[in-house]
Amino acid sequence: MPRTVPPWEIKREVYIKAEDETDPKYGHAPMERSPNELIRYGVINLNKPAGPTSHEVAAWTKKLLRLEVIGHGGTLEAQLLS
Amino acid sequence: MTGVLPITLEDSTKVVQAFLYSGKEYICVMKLHGDVDESHIRSVLSEFEGEIYQRPPLRSSVKRQIRTRRIYYINYLEIDGRNVLFRVGCEGGTYIRKLCFDIGEVLGVGAHMQELRRTRAGSFNENSQTHVTLHDVAYYFNEWQEKQDPKLLHAFIQPMENALVLIPKLVVRDSAVDALCHGANLTAPGILSVESCIEKGSLVAIFTLKGEAIALGKATLPTEEILNTNRGTVATLERVLMSRGTYPKIWKSGTKQ
Repeated sequence: MPRTVPPWEIKREVYIKAEDETDPKYGHAPMERSPNELIRYGVINLNKPAGPTSHEVAAWTKKLLRLEVIGHGGTLEAQLLS
Repeated sequence: MTGVLPITLEDSTKVVQAFLYSGKEYICVMKLHGDVDESHIRSVLSEFEGEIYQRPPLRSSVKRQIRTRRIYYINYLEIDGRNVLFRVGCEGGTYIRKLCFDIGEVLGVGAHMQELRRTRAGSFNENSQTHVTLHDVAYYFNEWQEKQDPKLLHAFIQPMENALVLIPKLVVRDSAVDALCHGANLTAPGILSVESCIEKGSLVAIFTLKGEAIALGKATLPTEEILNTNRGTVATLERVLMSRGTYPKIWKSGTKQ
């Protein structure tokens, strides 16, 4: 079987097509977001504990941070469920 | 099962898609139902590298039809009695429980998945400083509420852009941003830079010069053609990530730029 490189080992080159400047009046770099914006556009790399399901862990996090909407990427199910 | 579980907050929930399609890495304990020599296990594990066929298990969230998944690597680590420890890098949507069962069939003795830990989901892995426990989340959040020091939020929350680092990027002019926020397709004149290895149909991330994610799209042209074309659609939009009005509206409906 031919081996393919996993996505995290792919090296990408950046090709510049045109030059332009960005106006500092609008938007701002991700690390300069206000606390509210950081949360609103934020992602947590969570270490899921054994036991609860991914959905339960996401629901706890939502409650903990008092948020309205939360999602999780790639379900890691509890032992008994899957 | 334990390990890397990306949690998307509020508006960043739209980047979940980026994780679903991204590659994953797991460390797995597989329990054999009979004795097998180490050399035989090693050779059977390597047979599973490449493209495999899987039917999703009975209890799954997708339609149960046979589909192909790519196994980037399976590295045998050690054996203790009938417990085999291995590391596997695979395409999103690969069922490791099924993989263990199938490995057991090929070994001829049968096997099942005993334990599983995800060590990577796309750009998120367990070695980074920002890989946090629920306790960390509760601790830093409470501390932040008391002290209001943004460092405490940065200790566990990352900007959604960090979830997109493995997706090929297109950077666009300020003047193209608001049209994209309204769902317009990306056209060639707006593009400032493009990354290599984009094919027709690839998922792409569209960014501002300040490094903010605007939207996720599907490329309608490969990298070389995006670089060489001066007109027409380059990517169709899948998901808008930035809110409208962040950048000024300088486009007019019904007129060409």
